Amino acid sequence: MSVDAATVRRIAHLARIAVSEDEVPHLQGELNAMLAFVEQLSEVNVEGVEPMTSVTPMQMKKRQDVVDDGGIADDIVANAPATEGHFFLVPKVVE
Amino acid sequence: MTDLTSLTLAEARKGLAAKTFTSLELTDAHLSAIEAARVLNAFVMETPDRARDMAKAVDAKIAKGEGGPLAGIPLGIKDLFATKGVRTTACSKILGNFVPTYESTVTSQLWRDGAVMLGKLNNDEFAMGSANETSCFGPVGNPWRREGSNTTLVPGGSSGGSASAVAALLCMGATATDTGGSIRQPAAFTATVGIKPTYGRCSRWGIVAFASSLDQAGPIARSVRDAAMLLRSMAGHDPKDTTSVDIPVPDYEAAIGKSVKGMKIGIPREYRLDGMPAEIEKLWSEGAALLKAAGAELVEVSLPHTKYALPAYYIVAPAEASSNLARYDGVRYGLREQGKTIIELYENTRAEGFGAEVRRRVMIGTYVLSAGYYDAYYLRAQKVRTLIKKDFEDCFAKGVDAILTPATPSAAFGIGEKGGADPVEMYLNDIFTVTVNMAGLPGIAVPAGKDAQGLPLGLQLIGRPFDEETLFSLGEVIEQAAGRFTPARWW
Repeated sequence: MSVDAATVRRIAHLARIAVSEDEVPHLQGELNAMLAFVEQLSEVNVEGVEPMTSVTPMQMKKRQDVVDDGGIADDIVANAPATEGHFFLVPKVVE
Repeated sequence: MTDLTSLTLAEARKGLAAKTFTSLELTDAHLSAIEAARVLNAFVMETPDRARDMAKAVDAKIAKGEGGPLAGIPLGIKDLFATKGVRTTACSKILGNFVPTYESTVTSQLWRDGAVMLGKLNNDEFAMGSANETSCFGPVGNPWRREGSNTTLVPGGSSGGSASAVAALLCMGATATDTGGSIRQPAAFTATVGIKPTYGRCSRWGIVAFASSLDQAGPIARSVRDAAMLLRSMAGHDPKDTTSVDIPVPDYEAAIGKSVKGMKIGIPREYRLDGMPAEIEKLWSEGAALLKAAGAELVEVSLPHTKYALPAYYIVAPAEASSNLARYDGVRYGLREQGKTIIELYENTRAEGFGAEVRRRVMIGTYVLSAGYYDAYYLRAQKVRTLIKKDFEDCFAKGVDAILTPATPSAAFGIGEKGGADPVEMYLNDIFTVTVNMAGLPGIAVPAGKDAQGLPLGLQLIGRPFDEETLFSLGEVIEQAAGRFTPARWW
């Protein structure tokens, strides 16, 4: 499988990465090189094989249903580029 | 007094215990070495004041006989580990001046045991790379050069700063991480020892995530014994990482010097690649011969799905990365590029903040997870991963204790030499190491010889799950026979 220019633009938008028109051909070439490389997986017989979900067999751990953290709003916003009080500031999202 | 930076960690521990020198003296010696080696670009942040404060505090403890197992040992920390109050960037512009308000579990255990932090080490952006060329702080120089040449070579990646700093004697050991070979490949390129432990051995909490089902932390060190000492402190169960395993951490150092007599060593025929350099082939057979001389038994084994590990990795790893890196949105931390709408803000921030390799991988990951392609790519790759793991299980079920392979398909290469036209050329560096991540196994890279140009080469040993001890025993046998390799100082 390979991707065309329109698909490159669509993937970029899904990935939330701005891509300019003149970057598209180059990206298309690189993505197709990677897709050509992984193409060889189609020759593997995976009939009846379970997909891996956990590399080490282990019981799923469950935490106690208790509040054991919190009250650290100062820490949470400490590195934000724009805040007001304990809120993150973003462009208007609701008209 | 001999130069304190030339000691191994084990030797330094003796000297500190005998009060031949203090941690402050040892730390100062390394801080001077770092200053004199800035041309290598191994450190992206030096923390001399913090280092001296930590050293003084631990000296006081040592005087009272309270020092921990790493008391007074100065270390470098890969910039992927969150360090409280010290800028942590994953060497990406998108994290900007991120200063964590918390400490990663692995580093907190090193400080608990008395180690001293010298600073943060360079790495490929978000650990995506095999040459440390994708860092937003620029490439790292390998202390090794080809004989008679002034060309600066790469130290490998993604833990290039860690490997370079340990090889150049700037720190006594370093933390590193390995998703597809990022500890073992740079260790092989710099004649240092690097171990990626079994998945789940070290907590991933507080380490910037790349591909969560593959990422593991481990040390890069000057000797096998040093690596064993460091891993013991780094490893252990952590309730904050649900994939960290709740089993005791053995005293890895006790495995050093243990007889390897009667151990069965697998030599996988699929690792004998077409066009493999004769030097690598020779290194491999010499390594096998010396394990045999130490009493181990060599058996040819087959790992039939080996060639599919790298392509499967380049689906699984980017898929997980695209999901993990969704958090970099210009809102909660790091860089922000303005946009008229929130979507534009996200898109502009991520276009500006991510480097070319990261953008490429996030896009591939987004594509293979997108509607209509998930089954053909991601699901198939996860099935192939099951088959790769089964190959190893079948091999170990036949009584094989460890598997011996080359660590890399070549020695270090020049900056800018690889991957310019086709990203896959760079990816092939990890051909021998990536299988181990796909199967969650432990793997160690040990320096074993040099190529015709005088560059170091390493061998890899792959072990059963949670049997790092056997790797330390076998690794030390190779180290004893091959000796230690130190680069001639040019910086």
